[in-house]
Amino acid sequence: MFEYAPAPESRDVVDIKPSYGLFVNGEFVDGSGTAFKTINPASEEKLAEIAAASAADVDLAVQAARKAFTTWSAMPGAERAKYLFRIARIIQERSRELAVLESLDNGKPIRESRDVDLPLVAAHFFYYAGWADKLEYAGYGTRPIGVAGQVIPWNFPLLMLAWKIAPALACGNTVVLKPAETTPLTALLFAEICQQADLPPGVVNIVTGAGETGAAVVNHPDVDKVAFTGSTEVGRLIARSVAGTGKKVTLELGGKAANIVYEDAALDQAVEGIVNGIFFNQGHVCCAGSRLLVQESIAAELLDSLKRRLGTLRLGDPLDKNTDIGAINSAAQLAKIRELSDAGEQEGAERWSPACAIPDRGFWFPPTVFTGVAQSHRIAREEIFGPVLSVLTFRTPGEAVEKANNTPFGLSAGVWTEKASLMLWTADRLRAGVVWSNTFNRFDPASPFGGYKESGYGREGGRHGLEAYLAGSAPRESR
Amino acid sequence: MSERLSVRKTYKLFIGGAFPRSESGRSYVVTSAKGEFLANASKASRKDARDAVSAARKAFPGWSGATAYNRGQVIYRVAEMLESRRAQFTAEIVAADGVSGKKAGELVDAAVDRLVWYAGWSDKIGAIRGSANPVAGPYFNLSSTEPTGVVAVVAPPSGPLLGLISVIAPVIVTGNTCVVVASERAPLPSITLAEVLATSDLPGGVVNVLTGNAEEIAPWLAGHMDVNGIDLTGATPELAQSCEELAAENLKRVLRPEAGPIDWLADPGTERMTAFLETKTVWHPIGV
Repeated sequence: MFEYAPAPESRDVVDIKPSYGLFVNGEFVDGSGTAFKTINPASEEKLAEIAAASAADVDLAVQAARKAFTTWSAMPGAERAKYLFRIARIIQERSRELAVLESLDNGKPIRESRDVDLPLVAAHFFYYAGWADKLEYAGYGTRPIGVAGQVIPWNFPLLMLAWKIAPALACGNTVVLKPAETTPLTALLFAEICQQADLPPGVVNIVTGAGETGAAVVNHPDVDKVAFTGSTEVGRLIARSVAGTGKKVTLELGGKAANIVYEDAALDQAVEGIVNGIFFNQGHVCCAGSRLLVQESIAAELLDSLKRRLGTLRLGDPLDKNTDIGAINSAAQLAKIRELSDAGEQEGAERWSPACAIPDRGFWFPPTVFTGVAQSHRIAREEIFGPVLSVLTFRTPGEAVEKANNTPFGLSAGVWTEKASLMLWTADRLRAGVVWSNTFNRFDPASPFGGYKESGYGREGGRHGLEAYLAGSAPRESR
Repeated sequence: MSERLSVRKTYKLFIGGAFPRSESGRSYVVTSAKGEFLANASKASRKDARDAVSAARKAFPGWSGATAYNRGQVIYRVAEMLESRRAQFTAEIVAADGVSGKKAGELVDAAVDRLVWYAGWSDKIGAIRGSANPVAGPYFNLSSTEPTGVVAVVAPPSGPLLGLISVIAPVIVTGNTCVVVASERAPLPSITLAEVLATSDLPGGVVNVLTGNAEEIAPWLAGHMDVNGIDLTGATPELAQSCEELAAENLKRVLRPEAGPIDWLADPGTERMTAFLETKTVWHPIGV
């Protein structure tokens, strides 16, 4: 491996305030909960003090959203579109600042926040801006639902915000959004962007806090629509809590995706796809290709190549432009990854990581590969949400599909083969919402994303993504 | 000369293409709208519900894997079989609902027409709900519809034939298989319908019919981990809420009951189909 001199991106492009309030009705206000700090997971330094929204604060935010809904939903779609286009442009203008802030707060490599997250965030606003005045052509009716309560995770903080807010606003809804407590900063900078765009007060409200704040958003009686991205465990709680309320719900939850490599696959490309599938964003990806299913005849050769490739990954400072693997987002997540990896060893799988220097401070976990994994092992069944790959083998396409579908999740899957008919045969049988063939972890605002089974319901992205934010054309309300 | 004594029919359950009695040995009295004895219907138990789910799961790969054209043909065949039993269904609806023979006949006609309407959707719903997505890169990107899996259906207590057809057809036409909890008060047309299904080239297990008490059976289905979706159209608000809570355990897709009475003669729209459809998006790079 070549030695590289450090090439850090400058922190100076972003000005982090010592403390942040909630964004309610177009203004930053104090929260009445106990403020908490957000830290840089790569150094454990405190970045800022964040207000916590109590149930009463959430209520004010919902009231502001309800008030704004009257005018926002009545505004011609073409005018709503222009606000969204404005927001998209400002995101592009401030994208370096947002990317650095995202990497500081989340721990992800600047290469990813700069080249993946931010371009997709801007693209998402552009995409849905264009729908705002064309809803009658989409086939889901044109009536917005009302106030959307949205709770998002920490793995793609600003991108998940875009996935939630852009379609909601395009369809004429107003929102109360709660970012994850470990990654609130880009959402609060987004609030500033809403101010710069002169977005009418109350159309977007951001309430920061932990699970309690999220529960207050979801359970607020004047919230008409709940959108959540996060763990299946919390998704279940939400599905239960909205029973009998008439609230519409979309849930984008966990995954345990199989990445199937057939013996005729282009191996070098497959190796790149496997690496991208599980080590992108430190594996903090709900659709990560965390189960590698490799055909027995090529398993040894593929694993050799994979291990060689992993030896070239650079772990370290997220702001360094050479960094491939950044920091784990939090101490709690690191503990969970360690616990599951230890369970993998205890249950008999063989653990391997490349030689890899771990920084003294911050939360880090080396890229890890488990071989000899059985379907019953926890590391083959539970979502680790970290840079840990479980390798299983198969002999026939039928076995590959059987093993791939042997999970309660169904978010994504990968297929690697040079034979198109085998690819389509496999894709047909995989019970997953997104199938990447001869590629992995591609995202686009025009492409619907979402799961089967316990990975949740509803789609985000594309024309399909409008359905979650429209009341439907028929009198019946369904979800 | 005495009048000939008629041979009565035993009304049983419909599971996996067969007509078993409830394993519990239970039955209950079904009466006409006027209160006269009509039959002893099987009163399905938890075990029957579980057997029905197994049958539906077993039938799912074949039915969802059949071509859309084939599914449309089979459902059209159901309409043909139903039409040929028009007199029998008319009589059963008159007995169950106390409506006139003319009205009952119209309801049977509407049920047949509803089946024909849904049969035509089999190879069209994917065209209106799928899409080729113009992503910003050299990728082929296609979204298509797929059935959710095994769906539990709580049939409406009213509309013993038209209501029943209107909840079953949209679920199965797209490739799902189902377990139906028939109207408790008027279950007999559902079992006669099962006889139609059994003679319509519909593979056994695609539709399974349980008669009995919805309050008792529906929660077992709502909490069953191998059921992927539940249509609560026929549930009371209280039952619907408790079933939705149970359904959260494995994140079933839930179709909630409507707030008011349903006009089964109205255009049903596509939402009963889309409630139990998944969208799968397949990516592939484009290049030489």
